[in-house]
Amino acid sequence: MSSVNEYHPSLIRGLWALTVRELKKWLNDPVMLLMLVIQPLIWMGLLGKSMNLGAMFSASNLGEIQVPEKIPIPGSYVIPPTSGIIYVSGTMFSQIIQQTVSDIGPNVMRNIFGVTDYFSYMSIGMISMIVMTTTMFSGMSIVWDRRLGFLDKVLSTPVPRGAIIFSKVLNATLRAMLQATIILFLAMIFGLQLSPSFTLFNILGVYAAIFLLSVGLSSVFLAFSIRSTRLERPMQFISLITMPLMFASNTLFPISLMPDWLQAVAYVNPLSYLTDALRQLTILALNPSKLITDFIYLGFFAAVLSSIGIMLSWRYLSK
Amino acid sequence: MTEEVIVARGLTKVFNRNLVAVDHVSFSVKHGEIFGFLGPNGAGKTTTINMLITVLKPTEGTASVLGYDVVKQANEVRRVIGVVPQEYTADEDLTGYENIILCGDLYGIPREVSRKRAVELLELVELTDFKDKRVETYSGGMRRRLELACGLINRPRVLFLDEPTLGLDVQTRTATWNYIKRLKEEYDMTVFMTTHYLEEADTLCDRIAIIDYGKIIVAGDPEELKHSLGGDIITISIKEDADISNIIRSIENVKEVKNENGSYRIKVESGELTAPLVIEALRRNGYTVTRLSLTEPTLNDVYLEYTGRSMRDTEESKEAFRAHRMTIRRARAR
Repeated sequence: MSSVNEYHPSLIRGLWALTVRELKKWLNDPVMLLMLVIQPLIWMGLLGKSMNLGAMFSASNLGEIQVPEKIPIPGSYVIPPTSGIIYVSGTMFSQIIQQTVSDIGPNVMRNIFGVTDYFSYMSIGMISMIVMTTTMFSGMSIVWDRRLGFLDKVLSTPVPRGAIIFSKVLNATLRAMLQATIILFLAMIFGLQLSPSFTLFNILGVYAAIFLLSVGLSSVFLAFSIRSTRLERPMQFISLITMPLMFASNTLFPISLMPDWLQAVAYVNPLSYLTDALRQLTILALNPSKLITDFIYLGFFAAVLSSIGIMLSWRYLSK
Repeated sequence: MTEEVIVARGLTKVFNRNLVAVDHVSFSVKHGEIFGFLGPNGAGKTTTINMLITVLKPTEGTASVLGYDVVKQANEVRRVIGVVPQEYTADEDLTGYENIILCGDLYGIPREVSRKRAVELLELVELTDFKDKRVETYSGGMRRRLELACGLINRPRVLFLDEPTLGLDVQTRTATWNYIKRLKEEYDMTVFMTTHYLEEADTLCDRIAIIDYGKIIVAGDPEELKHSLGGDIITISIKEDADISNIIRSIENVKEVKNENGSYRIKVESGELTAPLVIEALRRNGYTVTRLSLTEPTLNDVYLEYTGRSMRDTEESKEAFRAHRMTIRRARAR
């Protein structure tokens, strides 16, 4: 008679084994890795570079300014004031206007976007976007696991149920972090301007922020995918919500310029907080109180959504 | 120790409140035997196995494996069983070896132990040469063997096989049967399996239960079941044009004689013993036997006897069964 199996599975062992399985699958497939990076790269290249908002404020964009040859000015505006009317040269006047416009350009950009080039602004937005899509999509692998029978097999082993759920969340998070790193690196090659206050220590903050959003989002999507038998349903849902989530946030454009109703949405959208935190840590001069607010919100979001998501998945797995 | 390893009492699974997939099924499996659930697709075999391996919770009734309740002591059950599912569940993107190690990790087996076992198991199922190849390059038979190896990594005392040769060709099927028998002996296991192949149930199983529409119709030793039908059939023809029914009826152990267009169908206890007596009696009466054939009842006859349908027929006229099966599949997946 064979002896009773003396080994007990642990949560960490199981969690790690299942996570490594997925990462291996993923890293074994460089094409897929590339595809996932290409999309934000296109966004960055086309939108980030083509929407050269900073260049809008250049004298050449003013077109022909119709200025009379002589411009009459009341003597009271002249320093020191004189009586009567004096005339200034029109050419000189238009030169002054052009110079002023060129000067206020960077100021306007800095006030609206915080940086003078739009490319840096939106590259960081792209990191948020890739974090969002990666975490959503990776929860979907559980649909395959179920359809192929892998999930049932795992469920018939004594591995703690939590390990099954957490492995998906962890896998999504690690993927998001890796992809964010790649995007940041590429953006730097293409001209992203890091702020002078940037240190390598900030990178830890970047990862922490990404981690929080990924954990929250992937738990919810896992709970959602685990119940669907086909891939189409979560896929449709994801493509339905990514667009609004991206535009109703500061990913591409500042919230301050949005209409009120959109601002209201953007202010509850967790993507706004991730994007802001990432910008604070990379391209902006760091504003500690804002950064702390961002992290508090992201932490709250992660705590609430992951507990809901994990609870729902758990209930499903032990049905 | 010939205790009952698996005991099911009134095991029932209802999906979506109205679809009864398994209907008050009771059976027990003794230590060391290969017990088979035989039935057409959609009969409730996989649902039963899923309840026994703790993946599904029964709606009603109880089941235990090695004394552990499948609901209350699910984790204890999981530790002592091995499962080879119907589908190929090995990860295609990993190698065979990596897959086995992954299974070992899920059971919490220390790496140094699982590495040793993996090598041993791969040798046993003759996959050593392919252990570092990705599973996507494996053939169906190889995948099945890999599933077997994965299911054995925790040295289970009870092995559950769900349709172990589904979709394999005849040669590979026979080879797989041999693996199963050998592994069972090697590891002193009790095996619970499901199948819809009559030959498989007949050659592999020590005892079977025929299941249809979620109910066990009859259970027992395949040989006994066939004998319970009332023995063999002798078909005989003679040269002369005469009615020999009465002569045959007077022979010992003959149960029934039917004249079918000049050939006689004789139902007897044992074909081998009675056939010579029939020839002898006819010769004594001056008749010449021109043809004699002997058929033993098959499990298909058993199935036919108890369900009124032939299992081969149901397999061929699939429509109703496919519909039923799809419903169950969908419900199971939900």
